[in-house]
Amino acid sequence: MATLTMISLLIVAGLIGAWELYTHVGGVDEFLLPAPSAVAEALVEDRGLLWENFVVTAGEIGLGIGVAVALALACAVALHFSADLRRALYPLLVGSQTIPIPIVAPLLVAWLGFGLAPKLAIVALVCFFPIVVPTIDALARVDADLRKLMRSFGASRWQTFRLVEAPAALPGLFTGAKLSVAFATFAAILAEQSGSENGLGHLVAQAIPQFETARAYAAVLILSAFAVALFGLLALAERRLAPWHRPGGVLAVGERRLPVDPHR
Amino acid sequence: MQTRIQAPETAPATRIEAGGVRLEGVTKAFPGRRRGADEVIALQGVSLQAAPGETVAVVGPSGCGKTTLLEIACGLIAPDGGTVDAAPAALMAQRDLLLPWAGALDNAGLALRAAGASREEAREEARPLLRDFGLEGFERARPHELSGGMRQRVAFLRTLLSGRPVLCLDEPFGALDAITRHEMQAWLAGALAREPRTVLLVTHDVEEALVLADRVLVLSPRPGHVVATLEVGAPRPRRRTDPELVALRERALQELRA
Repeated sequence: MATLTMISLLIVAGLIGAWELYTHVGGVDEFLLPAPSAVAEALVEDRGLLWENFVVTAGEIGLGIGVAVALALACAVALHFSADLRRALYPLLVGSQTIPIPIVAPLLVAWLGFGLAPKLAIVALVCFFPIVVPTIDALARVDADLRKLMRSFGASRWQTFRLVEAPAALPGLFTGAKLSVAFATFAAILAEQSGSENGLGHLVAQAIPQFETARAYAAVLILSAFAVALFGLLALAERRLAPWHRPGGVLAVGERRLPVDPHR
Repeated sequence: MQTRIQAPETAPATRIEAGGVRLEGVTKAFPGRRRGADEVIALQGVSLQAAPGETVAVVGPSGCGKTTLLEIACGLIAPDGGTVDAAPAALMAQRDLLLPWAGALDNAGLALRAAGASREEAREEARPLLRDFGLEGFERARPHELSGGMRQRVAFLRTLLSGRPVLCLDEPFGALDAITRHEMQAWLAGALAREPRTVLLVTHDVEEALVLADRVLVLSPRPGHVVATLEVGAPRPRRRTDPELVALRERALQELRA
């Protein structure tokens, strides 16, 4: 394990070193490709500016995913309860994913203005599909025998949902939410570049014509770090809220010692 | 064929309200798997009676409609023909079907939750049973932390806690290894002695049926119908080597081969 960490650290260090060397020896214009050291410098020097804009973008991503989760959950439950609704709406769901976001984004900005609203709309639109599909799937894949068992206990449709199907769908919801982190980052930047007054996407769009390339790279670095952290946070929440999903992982993290079965 | 589909002419011999089961000439067919295929007749004129507190076992080859019979007794599916007169029944399957996210206590209390009890009420009611049936200390253990035998015990307690007078056990120990299966049969016999219920036990293990049941019905291959009824009078607790059981076992196996 320690060796593996060492190896990946060495690879990253090697890549950064090669990049640094290339910018110095290769004679590349620093406005075209800044050295890693220049990016690090920009991170420190522009920290106030970067932070200010990061908070805006992080808010758009976080809130956008929140909106997408809420909509996807409501939609998944509705479709789960009604076969008619499922048949009627499933093609529309797939359709929502074929909307060309880069074309729609400026239209949404023109309609909703430069504020938070169009960003939330775009992030939620992009994230909705990857969340709703695994959630519906997890709800539908609940063991038919388990449903039969609940019926033999006289459980109502709602009780079966609350006691069996909803908890069973939790891992599906988490899978979708984790996937959506990657899409949300991309969507938020796209939305900001389509028209905004702040945010990291806006900062990058401004930094390039101002020849502040290092600042643009710093912004990208911050955004990637944020996406990775958000993904890790969701994975952690999943492990706390749905630990049965990966029993091996739970056992590795810390197994309760169980008393010995007196009947064995 | 011993039985034909017909309306019962005699008055019910079992008192259903006290927890008995009476099936008369039950028939069930399923549509064929492929389009245009003939329908599959699962059960053809099966009659079965269990007086309150009796254990009736049904043995037969795979695919003879044993599970269908239990689902009909539980009211999960309707028969095509015949009459069903059964007190409320709860089903226990070969697969334990425990909820992976719930501890043993909450799994055992699932039927109570389904009946509208709060989590606390269900736990309160399930706790003493877990203690009495050798699962003390495992209340919070999730299914993957339990052995196969313990999981089946939790599943059985869940069935028991449904409060239904009739328990329909569908090959409850079929997924266990031979040693654990023998242990669980003894455990179940003890559990039923403490908590008497009417039991319909479906199994392909003739010995299991003879050790546990008051009466054993032998079903034919599909379409399933009763080819023999064996009364088991041996006193409990029973031993596999009991001469009566050995003789009955030979008879049952003979009927199954016929």
